[in-house]
Amino acid sequence: MPEVLIRGGTIVDEQGERRGDVLVSGVGIVAVDSTIDAPAGAAVVDAGGCIVAPGLVDLHTHLREPGAEVAETVETGCRAASLGGYTAVVAMPNTEPAIDNPSIARDVLELGRNALAQVAVAAAITVGRQGVHLTPMAELAALGIHLFTDDGAGVQDASLMRQALEYAGDLGIVLAQHCQDDSLAAGGHMHEGAWSSRLGIAGQPALAEESMLARDLALVRLTRSPMHFLHLSTAGSVELVRRAKAEGLPVTAEVTPHHLSLTHAEVASYDSAFKVNPPLREEADVEALRVGLEQGVIDAVATDHAPHAPEKKQVPFDEAPPGMLGLETALAVVSSAMSGRLGWVDIFAACSWRPARIGRLDPASGGRQGGPVAPGAAANLVVFDPTAEWSVDPSRLASRSRNTPYAGRQLTGKVRHTLLEGEPVVIDGEAQR
Amino acid sequence: MNDRHLLSIADLGREGIEDVMRTADSFREVAGRSIPRVPALRGKTVATLFFEASTRTRLSFETAAKRLSADVMSFAASSSSLEKGESLRDTVETIDAMGVDAMVVRHRSSGVPAQVTAWTSACVINAGDGQHEHPTQALLDCYTIREALAQRRGTEDSQNGADFAGLRIGIVGDVKHSRVARSNVLAFSALGAEVVLVAPRTLMPPSLDGWPVKATADLDSVIPDLDVVYLLRIQAERAGQVLLPNLDEYHERYGLTRERSNRLAAGALVMHPGPMIRGVEIAPEVADLPSSLVTRQVRNGVFIRSAVLFHLLGAADSGEAIDA
Repeated sequence: MPEVLIRGGTIVDEQGERRGDVLVSGVGIVAVDSTIDAPAGAAVVDAGGCIVAPGLVDLHTHLREPGAEVAETVETGCRAASLGGYTAVVAMPNTEPAIDNPSIARDVLELGRNALAQVAVAAAITVGRQGVHLTPMAELAALGIHLFTDDGAGVQDASLMRQALEYAGDLGIVLAQHCQDDSLAAGGHMHEGAWSSRLGIAGQPALAEESMLARDLALVRLTRSPMHFLHLSTAGSVELVRRAKAEGLPVTAEVTPHHLSLTHAEVASYDSAFKVNPPLREEADVEALRVGLEQGVIDAVATDHAPHAPEKKQVPFDEAPPGMLGLETALAVVSSAMSGRLGWVDIFAACSWRPARIGRLDPASGGRQGGPVAPGAAANLVVFDPTAEWSVDPSRLASRSRNTPYAGRQLTGKVRHTLLEGEPVVIDGEAQR
Repeated sequence: MNDRHLLSIADLGREGIEDVMRTADSFREVAGRSIPRVPALRGKTVATLFFEASTRTRLSFETAAKRLSADVMSFAASSSSLEKGESLRDTVETIDAMGVDAMVVRHRSSGVPAQVTAWTSACVINAGDGQHEHPTQALLDCYTIREALAQRRGTEDSQNGADFAGLRIGIVGDVKHSRVARSNVLAFSALGAEVVLVAPRTLMPPSLDGWPVKATADLDSVIPDLDVVYLLRIQAERAGQVLLPNLDEYHERYGLTRERSNRLAAGALVMHPGPMIRGVEIAPEVADLPSSLVTRQVRNGVFIRSAVLFHLLGAADSGEAIDA
């Protein structure tokens, strides 16, 4: 592979923000300086007016393979990821069959080997995500799997959840919860509130999320095992995590770009692109989530990229599956939602090195994600133009599905280039393979 | 009407509601002729797409369309390919391809008529969607109230929407799951009536933010003040769920019993969108009192639906067609 010189950008990593050129050779960064002359034969990548940062890391991606290849594959999902500036994704285990045993986990990891982003895997907590029997967590952990979740559903049984936490604690792995009490949420297709009442759609109350979160925080207090909370969506959840962290409980939390940017009012169109779990909430929730991210109560942004084939979404709202695309729009949406609250270092912290750490993909854990942008570090990098304006055209997305909630909207900020292990996989907004 | 479709009463506003009621007056007159038919929509095709069975509403729309000389095409889910897994979109596009001018859509899911507008160039009329709205029901209810108030004054001449100013209307029962209630709240309040919702909290929408209504769980406390009691249908399957202990208790607390009807103000009107369950929502003998407008609601449904079709399909190019 030829050397690559990323020229003229502003470097953003955990060390801060500074002007600089970055020279990549092989799979690593070999030089960072205020100006570097292009070595003979090096490819020069223009980063003028752009931010050069460690590649983004998504803790929450539904790649849909195996089982729903009509909606997404590891290949297409990772292409979408690289176009969104991601150099690593954690594949969720709610595939068909579920990632609940080492052989399926190995299959998915194998599919990811040649993809345009590093593919890590989260495995299920219970066999078949049925909430009854624990998966062979030790065997799965031996494959390097660090996050375990029944995402798509919460673990309903409190006693089982306690046992899972105790067992996981011994293994040094982290359980991640999709907080949703089914007895409160059942039959709900959107947030319960003013809009659900007006639109005549059964709602899920905020309490359905908060009650399971409160239960799990009590279980963490009891077991002292660490937990990660997926896609928190309510002001009450932010408050619960704030108090848990103040108390010193070993917990982390993520928020999605859509919960930072959209409210339940979108559902007034009955467009099933806006159907998602947890549902889009109220203005006050969006505000609380932004504050939570700003204050570090929420550690990371995760997309919950959830592709669904068009014909699955072109049905009545209450029959449509929940979920929306996220990878290709995330950074633009998050940087706009957080503008004026977070500087670039904190935005990339939430999208790159903090999630890398939660997923144990960071250098300190033996991984290659999350920076820094320094000689000797892995060349997993994104070049982001924060001022580029573009309109989201669903038909031009790399995902195999079209269910973006931002169709036709004008976004500010676009990923220009992405380097994966030194390879320019996205150049000028085009995937290279 | 402000739009090509009728999805919600909010599409009409006060003026739109009054327009439709005025046009319905003309069709009431047409109904009295020996040949109750006008050529207003000759050459137009109206398709009824009933994904949820409702013989009464479908017949009402089809009769209304035929009285305007429109061709009528009827699609029922049971006879369709939906059961074979065809998507809603494909079904709509297939019917659209046959060349229809209006689609009258009934579906058990809220929002389907709104979704359908994206897949057809025809006018879309909501004939009841899930728990969302049933705008033509609300229009015929307004029309029926207007007519009854005019008769009470001993005149055929209506003051149109003005009759509703200060009118106190109680909507009683399963508001939470009722599309009729949602449309009627919008229609009655647009015309200036005061609306009070009467239901146990389990059958009330979780939030009434932005609803121009008062709400109470106590029917007896409001009964003497009401000019109109509008009883909603209670679905038997709700009883025995957690929402409602049983139908006897419902009748006890929210049924229009003989005792309650005696406490109604003189001349108060009793309405029900049908089908009625006597002995639950209403005592059998009360349903047959002269104050009950239930059968008149059905008759007026045809006039109102003719008026809606005429406004959406015919008004532009055949303003004089009613007199032909």
